[in-house]
Amino acid sequence: MKCRKCGAGAVIELPRHNAAFCAPDFQEFFRKQVAEAIRKHKMFTTEEPVLVAVSGGKDSLALWDVLIETGYQTAGLYLDLGIFDYSVESKARCEAFAASRGQKLIVESVAESVGAGIPEVQKATRRPTCSACGLSKRYLMNRAAVDHGYPVIATGHNLDDEAAVLFGNVLHWQMDPLARQSPALASTHPKLARRVKPLYRLSERETAAYAFLRRIDYIVDECPFAKGATSIAHKQILDRLEEASPGAKHNFLFGFLEKARGVFEGSEPTVLNECAICGQVTTGEICAFCKLSDQVKRRRA
Amino acid sequence: MKIKLRNPSREVELPGRKRVKDVLRELDILPGTVLVIRGADLLTADEVVGDGDELEVRPVMSGGSATS
Repeated sequence: MKCRKCGAGAVIELPRHNAAFCAPDFQEFFRKQVAEAIRKHKMFTTEEPVLVAVSGGKDSLALWDVLIETGYQTAGLYLDLGIFDYSVESKARCEAFAASRGQKLIVESVAESVGAGIPEVQKATRRPTCSACGLSKRYLMNRAAVDHGYPVIATGHNLDDEAAVLFGNVLHWQMDPLARQSPALASTHPKLARRVKPLYRLSERETAAYAFLRRIDYIVDECPFAKGATSIAHKQILDRLEEASPGAKHNFLFGFLEKARGVFEGSEPTVLNECAICGQVTTGEICAFCKLSDQVKRRRA
Repeated sequence: MKIKLRNPSREVELPGRKRVKDVLRELDILPGTVLVIRGADLLTADEVVGDGDELEVRPVMSGGSATS
């Protein structure tokens, strides 16, 4: 198999683009896709600092690597979820990456903020583990960005992540989440940082290949709580579709973003308040994170 | 050839020379869900591998997050 661009031996084939690339040309393709995502959705400029949420996995470290290489001002944010050895190892990967690139890494601990790590938080609530974890991560990411003066948070969500979320939301016709699903979410409150997903044009196989070719030491093993997660089941279904029809995931997600998302947007913007307990943004009086913390405290009392 | 698989970690051996796509078919793995690695190299689906090769089949799926 030959590189589409230079004719040298290819290291990766991309059936959805009907193309194959050698290592240097694949990395150029990857960087161009990230640049196009940033340009198309006006995600951020080189003039403003970007907080990159990193987990130690391939996507977030690949994203941080591309942004550093491109010349953006970045710092990493690692959220210590307290998930046994998995968190210990993923934190070590982030610290090593940051040190090797001379970048700042901010570390926030779920246990310090909520009173317990994710395994115990899950026991204290009726939420599925990934739901309690996602809630905590979104809250802590935003709080860290606001506290440290970063106007924008970049996450490593890729095309597969976004297609799987879309699939789940469509299955249940979740109108509000469908309206909100976007590669770039604007700030609608002084205490709300913008959230952007510069990898949304790239599949997770492409981010894994980029991380491998860049010799990024990422954590390959899966989070122990991801096993059996609904989003994983949705990804597996979409993988079958993609195998039968290359480009299916791309068409599903991009078709939604370009043609259908607007249909779900309501005319009334969501009103944001400041939580009566912590002061962070919420649609109600008390934010979901403070309610979660309260549940954990009561269980431990 | 020796093949290292993950999630869960295990090792299998397959005999003969064959293309990577045929190795994956024998293992019932969709090509779009893994990287196939030999040493420091990524292998494409039409690459021929055989006795003496040590491969890693590395899954690319991540996640578990309920929403993004």
